[in-house]
Amino acid sequence: MNEQLPVRLVGITKRFPGVTANGAVDLDLRAGEVHGLLGENGAGKSTLMNVLFGLYAPDEGQIVINGQPVTIDSPARAIALGIGMVHQHFRLVRPFTVTENIILGMPTTPAMLDLKAASRRVAQVAQQYGIRVDPDARIETLSVGQQQRVEILNSLYRQATVLILDEPTAVLTPQEAEELAVTLRGMAAQGKTVVFISHKLEEVMGVTDRVTVLRQGRKVFEAMTAATSKSELAREMIGRKLEDLKREQRTFVLSLAGVGEDSPPAAAHQPDKKGATAVLRVHDLCVNDDRDLPACRGISFDIAAGETVGVAGVDGNGQRELVEVIVGQRRATSGTITFQGQDATTWTPRQVIDHNIAVITDDRHGEGLVLGFNLARNAVLKLFRRQPFARRSMLQPDVIDDFTRRLIDDYSISTPGTQVAAGKLSGGNQQKLILARELSQSPALIIANKPTRGLDIGAAAYVHQKLTGERDRGAAVLLISADLDELFALSDRLIVMYGGQLMGDMPIGEATLEKVGLMMAGTAAENLAAHLSQQPPEQTQPAVEWNEVRNG
Amino acid sequence: MTAIPKPTKTIDWRGLAARIWPAALAVGLALLFGALLLLASGRNPIEAYTALLQGAFGSPARLAETFVKMTPFLILAISVSVSFRCGFWNIGAEGQLILGAIASFSVALLLKSWPAVVVLPLSLLASVVGGALWSGIAGVLKARFNANEVITTSMLNFIAVYLLAYIVNGPLKDPEGFNFPQSSLIAEAFQLPRFLAGSRLNIAFLVALVLVVVALLFWRSTLGFRTEIVGASRRVATHVGLNVNRTVILVALITGGVAGIAGWGEIFGIHYRLIDAIAVGMGSLAVVVALLGDLHPLGMVVSAFLFAALVVGGNAMERGAGVPFALVDVIQGSIILLVLARAYIFRGRRS
Ligand SMILES: Nc1ncnc2c1ncn2[C@@H]1O[C@H](COP(=O)(O)OP(=O)(O)O)[C@@H](O)[C@H]1O
Ligand SMILES: [Mg+2]
Repeated sequence: MNEQLPVRLVGITKRFPGVTANGAVDLDLRAGEVHGLLGENGAGKSTLMNVLFGLYAPDEGQIVINGQPVTIDSPARAIALGIGMVHQHFRLVRPFTVTENIILGMPTTPAMLDLKAASRRVAQVAQQYGIRVDPDARIETLSVGQQQRVEILNSLYRQATVLILDEPTAVLTPQEAEELAVTLRGMAAQGKTVVFISHKLEEVMGVTDRVTVLRQGRKVFEAMTAATSKSELAREMIGRKLEDLKREQRTFVLSLAGVGEDSPPAAAHQPDKKGATAVLRVHDLCVNDDRDLPACRGISFDIAAGETVGVAGVDGNGQRELVEVIVGQRRATSGTITFQGQDATTWTPRQVIDHNIAVITDDRHGEGLVLGFNLARNAVLKLFRRQPFARRSMLQPDVIDDFTRRLIDDYSISTPGTQVAAGKLSGGNQQKLILARELSQSPALIIANKPTRGLDIGAAAYVHQKLTGERDRGAAVLLISADLDELFALSDRLIVMYGGQLMGDMPIGEATLEKVGLMMAGTAAENLAAHLSQQPPEQTQPAVEWNEVRNG
Repeated sequence: MTAIPKPTKTIDWRGLAARIWPAALAVGLALLFGALLLLASGRNPIEAYTALLQGAFGSPARLAETFVKMTPFLILAISVSVSFRCGFWNIGAEGQLILGAIASFSVALLLKSWPAVVVLPLSLLASVVGGALWSGIAGVLKARFNANEVITTSMLNFIAVYLLAYIVNGPLKDPEGFNFPQSSLIAEAFQLPRFLAGSRLNIAFLVALVLVVVALLFWRSTLGFRTEIVGASRRVATHVGLNVNRTVILVALITGGVAGIAGWGEIFGIHYRLIDAIAVGMGSLAVVVALLGDLHPLGMVVSAFLFAALVVGGNAMERGAGVPFALVDVIQGSIILLVLARAYIFRGRRS
């Protein structure tokens, strides 16, 4: 019977300096199943699957494919064995089309390309699995969700029978995640094996047939999905009784795991907004995009001190332009922005910085840091002209170095020193550096644009903690994110953008996934938006806990 | 959360070596290649290179002459390095030198009877302004219309060369100059004194060394940092509140102003008049000197010295060992190729 299993991992151990990422893990994967691999950040999920995909050589253990013991020493070998993997970071050539990307590096690609025929074959495979992708579209014109489909298609085109997806929903909107689930179910129905890595319980419950839980590198649990429950899985993941944890810790852990047994942490925080003047006031703001077409059409909202306002919305609905106009990189066509009572509508980025507004960009590499500069120089990119970093127009290297060392300590940035190039740090540490720099001056307003994009959950949780801390200190926070979990966990109020307009503005307690999802999709939003913007939010239905909706 | 130990202040020898060895390798390979060529043409490379070294360093006067040649190389390389580190690819140092020469010469001409203590500083200032205006054109075109500065600065080179040719063949042609394309001499009082008999070494060399110090300070100033941020990434620069266009124009003015000083040195220290061939080939040489020196002020002191020695020693080698000066051109060409190759090979590895 074991011979029929497409994949068996037997006693896989993988050690890294200082950690055993996988300790004697056994894992059986069956044909026609979606297998959930669940675990906290750092549990060893990615490592285990990287071993299967030939990226890491295991220190001990055996891989058995279709009953044959094999050694997988490279991804090429894995692909030849019918194993495909979609990583968290896509590996696509942006100026190339979907088809070009897929046939790129195929050993069977002839010297003379017949792109038309290839494109037809790609379309055929896409249709077989119900994947919506235009084979001739260029990658750079595709959304993140679409690019992920290309990666999946890529594996299917190479006739993968086992497809591994590493945290595939982290980058998706709820709608896209839904569509992905359908695709994965369809693949399983056609006899493929799907490994679905996640740390989100709802997803695992919703899409998998069987689930394995890893904790600190060990396999601690395996069950048919139908025969287990979320709270059981959560217990196994965390390894302690939830009740034992202190309350804040619990909410925090739960919000990480996406478990809905408790109210989201933000709801516990009640900023005293009575009489508080808005730190940021955006009124009837209209902005054009790069093509000079309206991107924001009459946006209005306020943020009070000690309040986090989350902006939900599918990418490309005016969020980027909204941020750019607030930080001074784009001009509004009409409307006003007021910061602490001053007209900030036409401020330059310099003025924004001089008014101590922190901006956490969503593009660390392109905008936030100079990767070739060392940490010290990056730490003072915005501050270098000020005392004490400069005196009589000369930089003060010692002062800058001390300052940087303090940031490194305060934010636990792991680096051998201040003189290391920022490009040498991991993404999480780069983001910590940006965070440290931006928050070092106790800003009154923080614009956080997708602050956890591309980070692992550990680093993301750290960013969340810091932003919450700043909010509690009294900063106003504008949080733009594509991750609803993040928005629900951090925001005090939520606004939803669609087509450049606000579909809604509600306290987090009144936001439900259903409501927000509808608004994000713009469907039936007119009524909802009109309803919400004219009357103070009244309770048309009992405020449903967001996570209960997810559970249901 | 381990506290990062504060490094004791020592020289980072490994980092230094990493910056130096590629340049040393380029020079070594080029010299080796030259030696092979000499062998192939039946000459003794040791003899030839000995003649070259003798020519460049054989006597105080020879060494002084090497410093004379080094002066414009070094000034122009500093000019170029500022622009390169800002991502403004000024390859028009030659034209800017010419404009600096014309401007400073004009001051000497107009204020013929004024005292030297007034005219010399004024003419130096004029050379800065002349060079800065010339490159400023390219800077403004870049900032306003995003015109590629490689094209505009080289076009401005042509205009400068022909403008100079017109001036020395036309309005300012020396009536007693036997029809040579040159102007008349500046007043004797304005001619910079020479330090050493048999050599033209003069104060302009010290000016070049002062510029090295200024450049070192510049890179520690907020303005230098701003320049480097813009050079590293315009998007980052915008994000951190820098005015990219203003910085580009400023850097254009600086790079041209510095290049203009080289023109002043040539006029007041060497030729004492405008001549049409005052800057031939210097612009591209400056780029190579700057790149070989890794755009670092001290590195460029070394590379400028090296190139000057090659030129001065090469002349001596031609006379002494009968080796054609063309060999020096070959060695220079090889260095250029290797430096460029290095720029590609090491791209991305340099921080
Ligand atoms: N390339 C690596 N080098 C060193 N340690 C690593 C490496 N990759 C992962 N680890 C460590 O192994 C452990 C498991 O990591 P990972 O498999 O990425 O976890 P997960 O995907 O479950 O979040 C973590 O402690 C992580 O720090
Ligand atoms: Mg992982």
